[in-house]
Amino acid sequence: MFLREPQAGTAYDVIVVGSGAGGGMAAYQLAVAGLKVLVLEAGRRYDPVTETPMFQLPKDAPLRGAGTREKPFGFYDATVDGGWEVPGEPYTQAPGAAGTANEFRWWRARMLGGRTNHWGRISLRMGPYDFKPKTRDGLGADWPMTYEDVAPYYDRTELLVGIYGSTEGLENTPDSSPGVLQPPPAPRPSELVTMKACEPLGIPVIPAHRAVLTVRQNGAALARQIHPDNALARRVLAASMNGRAACFWATECGRGCSIRANFQTTTVLLPPAMATGNCHLVADAMVRAVSVDRAGRATGVHYIDKRTRTDRHATAKVVVLAASACETARILLNSKSSQFPQGVSNGSGLVGKYLMDTVGAGLQGQIPALENLPPYHYDGAGGIHMYMPWWLYKDQLAGKLGFARGYHVEFGGGKGMPGPGIFGGLENFTGGAYGRKYKEEARRYYGSFVFFDGRGEMIPNEDSYCALDPDVIDQWGIPVLRFHWKWSPHETGQALHMVKTFTQIVEAMGGKVVGTPPTDGARAIARGGQIIHEVGTCRMGDDPRTSVLNQWGQSWEVKNLFVADGASFVSNADKNPTLSILALAWRTSDYIVEQLGRGEL
Amino acid sequence: MNGSFGELPRREALKVMAAAAGALPVLDAAAMQAQAAQANQATGPAPAARPRGDAWDPDLIHPRPGTWARKLTPGELITLSALCDTIIPADAKSPSASAVGVPAWINEFVSAPMDGNQNALVRIRGGLAWLNLESNTRFRKPYARLTATERTAICDDICYLPRAKPEHQAAARFFDQVRDLTAVGFYTTREGMQDLGYIGNVALPRFPEVSAEVKKAIGY
Repeated sequence: MFLREPQAGTAYDVIVVGSGAGGGMAAYQLAVAGLKVLVLEAGRRYDPVTETPMFQLPKDAPLRGAGTREKPFGFYDATVDGGWEVPGEPYTQAPGAAGTANEFRWWRARMLGGRTNHWGRISLRMGPYDFKPKTRDGLGADWPMTYEDVAPYYDRTELLVGIYGSTEGLENTPDSSPGVLQPPPAPRPSELVTMKACEPLGIPVIPAHRAVLTVRQNGAALARQIHPDNALARRVLAASMNGRAACFWATECGRGCSIRANFQTTTVLLPPAMATGNCHLVADAMVRAVSVDRAGRATGVHYIDKRTRTDRHATAKVVVLAASACETARILLNSKSSQFPQGVSNGSGLVGKYLMDTVGAGLQGQIPALENLPPYHYDGAGGIHMYMPWWLYKDQLAGKLGFARGYHVEFGGGKGMPGPGIFGGLENFTGGAYGRKYKEEARRYYGSFVFFDGRGEMIPNEDSYCALDPDVIDQWGIPVLRFHWKWSPHETGQALHMVKTFTQIVEAMGGKVVGTPPTDGARAIARGGQIIHEVGTCRMGDDPRTSVLNQWGQSWEVKNLFVADGASFVSNADKNPTLSILALAWRTSDYIVEQLGRGEL
Repeated sequence: MNGSFGELPRREALKVMAAAAGALPVLDAAAMQAQAAQANQATGPAPAARPRGDAWDPDLIHPRPGTWARKLTPGELITLSALCDTIIPADAKSPSASAVGVPAWINEFVSAPMDGNQNALVRIRGGLAWLNLESNTRFRKPYARLTATERTAICDDICYLPRAKPEHQAAARFFDQVRDLTAVGFYTTREGMQDLGYIGNVALPRFPEVSAEVKKAIGY
């Protein structure tokens, strides 16, 4: 039920702060378990079923749909009040860092469902090595649990969400249990050409894992499998799944999905959570601090009702923060009291520390084999069908690479919908053609470009963190975050390796690299925050002195306070974080249900 | 669930609000009424899911091109149309750029309030002025009245920056930007998409395998 404010007279068991991947999963799991849940979302209420511009054309949009400051991923991108800037909610950089490689750009979405409305839907499991990185190479820190501990949650999350992919038996690239994954879509021409070129290079090209339904879910059967002992959960989940259509392969996922074929919490998790009757949702509620009692237990949260600009307090037995990695750290740091002078749950001083993003570098190639191809009907569909998992474990172990940790490759190309930027730079291929010649060249080159994007693991370091800025507040009166950022040679070395590898692939395809690839990793690497995989800031661990949370996402210091977003990450494997956030939020939710049942919280 | 304004001494609260209101020494009746109305928003049913309609939260279902005032003059648009059609003329497969509204699109682009667009306005206005000066110098006619051969004589000098003479560098940059904008304007129309063979954006029952014809073409 959507409410303007928490319902008077309802004693909430749990407050969930945020409605993105972590908050959406927690809200669903806690509500189907019979708990009274209050979800507070800082952005506005949003409904993809009525608000998604599925078939709208660039020509009807301002500036033909080009990205702007307010809509950085283009006019039709699902994001509301978000991007690397949010109106009225600034953040700052360490002195001297603005505009340099030490800048961190913080992406946020202020809307129901958060950034799950816009993301790329790439859903890769962390593998056994990824949970114990320090044990393997001495760098960073280990997670307090193993892959085997989390694997059942990956299986169930994939069943619930609907993930396509295949099982390949590759090193540290886990297979799902039989029957869990949806069948992957067929490769596109650009993907076939790339596969062929990669084979002699020893680079595996396999079906990607993405949160998109290729076939409709069988609601009753899946709900029985996921919730064998919970009739309420079976009822609401089966009904929700039966209302989801399979993908119709026509549009870009970043716009959102009105037929509910891809995963966003607003179409997949929040509707069944609400259908239980146990979940109340208040939008436009910007949480600023966790409140605590004299015994040091969380009593609820302070939030600003943005529509009236008034400060409010909501109470519950348990508080779950899932506001996004940096926002969660900000709330904790801002929750200062005489008991918690450094902020709640920050006795270790580690809240905000070990902030990580993904290492990114990219390259484009022009491929003659893809010129003048006949049209095909599936050009509208966005999102990768194939990808390359990290393949150089043995070379790395043998010390041949000069950097630690790996990356995977997202790539693609084809005759996508013409939009802003189409044929920019074509003059370099045509010697400046115009006139009838231009039209012929456009037909020839359309669909002949292929992009490669490396997505690699960053090792947490002491110089990358966020803290409250003592001098600046946002429009709600909340102190803002100041970011400190530094890449290490491991990351820049990896970025350079990406660019060299992509150049090799383009050449193996008989193609030509677009532009001049950088020869310096520091120039090849994307800025911190640009890949929008920021995690860390409240890491899990086995020791309260070196971590903020235990393996259940539970605060060491405040036992009824939990974190269920990317803040809990100990490392940031090259596997895009959303699937792991979902699986870990489920694991945390199960623990909360069990502990509440035993009277421990 | 009480707001903490209740905890703040009322006199202090009034001081804060008066300070926020700037010149207002005390809250007047209208401000008090507005405050009461705002407090009422705190109760009642939850607001609907609906865009605010500004640049951060536009209505995506009913889009329309930028609504800002257009800046190019009718005279500039005549020259621009002629140049757009030099870049994308009609042929057997599709119409010309001006026939599908490309000059109006470029006018939308250069009239937009953002810095990058304002810079484009300067370059494109200046470029159009240069183009007519050059046409008058070489052929004693404005660009729009040149023959195809005469237009080509000028455009060949400015169509590719790396090959343009030093005195044509600025004009070549102008030409390059107009060419890019013309391409975006043209190929985002239905006629332009049809020309390229873009046939996506249509619901399909399943994602099809690459056809034998395409497989053969890519040597797979």
